[in-house]
Amino acid sequence: MSGKYKDVAYYPGCALEGTGHAYNRSTKEVGKALGLKITELKNWNCCGAMEVKNVDPKLQTYLSARNLSIAEEMGYKTVMAPCNGCYHNLKKAEYDLAHDQNSREVTDRLSRKAGHKTYEAGKVETIHALDWIKEEIGEEGLKARVKNSLNGLKIANYYGCMYTRPRHIFPEKDQGPGSESTSKPHFMDDLLAAAGAENVDYPLKTACCGGAHTLSDSDTSTKLVLNLLTTAEACGADVIATECPTCHTGLEMHQARAEKVFGRKTKVKILYFTQLLGMALGLSARKVGVQENFSDSMDLLRERGLY
Amino acid sequence: MPIHEKSLIRPENLVTHEHLEIEGVDVSGHWSTFINTRAVSDYNEQMQEEIAALPGGEYIHRCWQCGSCTNACTVNAINPDFNPRYWIYLIRMGYESELLRDKDIIWQCVSCNKCTYACPRDVFPEGVMKATAHWLELKGHTEKKPSMVFDETFSEQVFATGKIEDGRVLREFFARTKQSLFQDWLIAMVRSLLMRLPVTLMMKLGLATVFHPRTRGWSKAQAAIDEYVHEREAAARKALRLDVQGAE
Ligand code: SF4
Ligand code: SF4
Repeated sequence: MSGKYKDVAYYPGCALEGTGHAYNRSTKEVGKALGLKITELKNWNCCGAMEVKNVDPKLQTYLSARNLSIAEEMGYKTVMAPCNGCYHNLKKAEYDLAHDQNSREVTDRLSRKAGHKTYEAGKVETIHALDWIKEEIGEEGLKARVKNSLNGLKIANYYGCMYTRPRHIFPEKDQGPGSESTSKPHFMDDLLAAAGAENVDYPLKTACCGGAHTLSDSDTSTKLVLNLLTTAEACGADVIATECPTCHTGLEMHQARAEKVFGRKTKVKILYFTQLLGMALGLSARKVGVQENFSDSMDLLRERGLY
Repeated sequence: MPIHEKSLIRPENLVTHEHLEIEGVDVSGHWSTFINTRAVSDYNEQMQEEIAALPGGEYIHRCWQCGSCTNACTVNAINPDFNPRYWIYLIRMGYESELLRDKDIIWQCVSCNKCTYACPRDVFPEGVMKATAHWLELKGHTEKKPSMVFDETFSEQVFATGKIEDGRVLREFFARTKQSLFQDWLIAMVRSLLMRLPVTLMMKLGLATVFHPRTRGWSKAQAAIDEYVHEREAAARKALRLDVQGAE
């Protein structure tokens, strides 16, 4: 327990206000249960997700810079983002503003015209919800607070693309023991194991779910997701734990689509890691929004005494 | 990991004669196989420069053709014709007509950044894929691909209001690409959810579609972004030697 992340700014992003609301709710509930304070960024804007960069990457940098400057103005040194897309874009902006003169110029110019303070690299640290709990509470701290152990629930931990790639925007990763790995991430595994889960050896932790083209190239996405689902089942997983609303919704949508369009039914359930942690901390399934997921895991959880 | 190479011999250029005798020697079937000469005469010497002028394409000149990008690529694993290493080669050599053979799959890059992670030369191949897809569209080689329609639908909403509402993006995207919103699998999914959701939450979600979320005081940011976008568009058209109106 470092105390560093006890009180941080919170950037939910658009997805957590829409399809990912269960992630928003469970993140807040888990924070409350762990005694961690989060304060939402005032009047934040969209980070541009996977789309604005295709119009122009420098605009994406500006969008994130505006959010970081709000955190700074609110007096925060750390902003926590649970969504991989938001997290990635804030990190990318931080990197580009530190290393690329042109990105700095565009951000300064747009900030000036938009009438707010520009953001300078190094003022605010961006962390993921995983860093937040792992660094602040840690496995031991979590173990001490578990009221309702996940009791050997078999979990495949799925991190997706944006949490680890490209590696140069995550300078704190791959720094030896204790740090997160970009090739074999383990923070979510560590936390869920502390909550009593049995993590299966899942080889596709950082494979792609096709989230960027989930609607515009649905067949590709369905193929990629089906591969993730069947591999998780082959590894013996009951549940795929997610830490990104785009991945999560992609897995749920294309699980349904694979069944309807390709006739391939899979039964592995999909839950946010914060929902799993919340239930282990003694919160009800309802409180962490399990019924709001498309993937219906109620029977499984009831069977395991978690519901 | 297999090495993903690309054969430059196309099946249609392999010629065999079922019955052929040359100077009394029977060379029927594969004994008579020969390869039609493949000559490229229409080099586009500007191609690399043009793609480098578009966002994402800046570092294409660094590529040393190691193939790590293709080896790591998510889409290549599904479709072997999707080959970033090979396309970068074609662009750098100026083989425009060869590149055009793959013009309808280049947009399928899912931005997983496995290539960027693997690339030893910091080419940022993911960006090169996006720049190449834009180049194909700007040059009039392809129509707007679905992913580009999606990018635009999404970005326009961000630029206009500062935020997006995912239901609205979905509806607009389906409308712009002339697809029905009532896809079987979507209906099945929503139906199973409606059975379980509490009424209050459904009302809240319903309201979000009526009162669009927006960032307060966004209009100045919107104006600044719009101005920048127009500037960049004009610069791109100039780099590609297209006039500003859109006609070539
Ligand atoms: S970002 Fe695109 S080109 Fe690169 S590995 Fe992923 S799908 Fe392939
Ligand atoms: S990995 Fe990089 S250097 Fe190697 S072929 Fe791909 S773009 Fe070129």
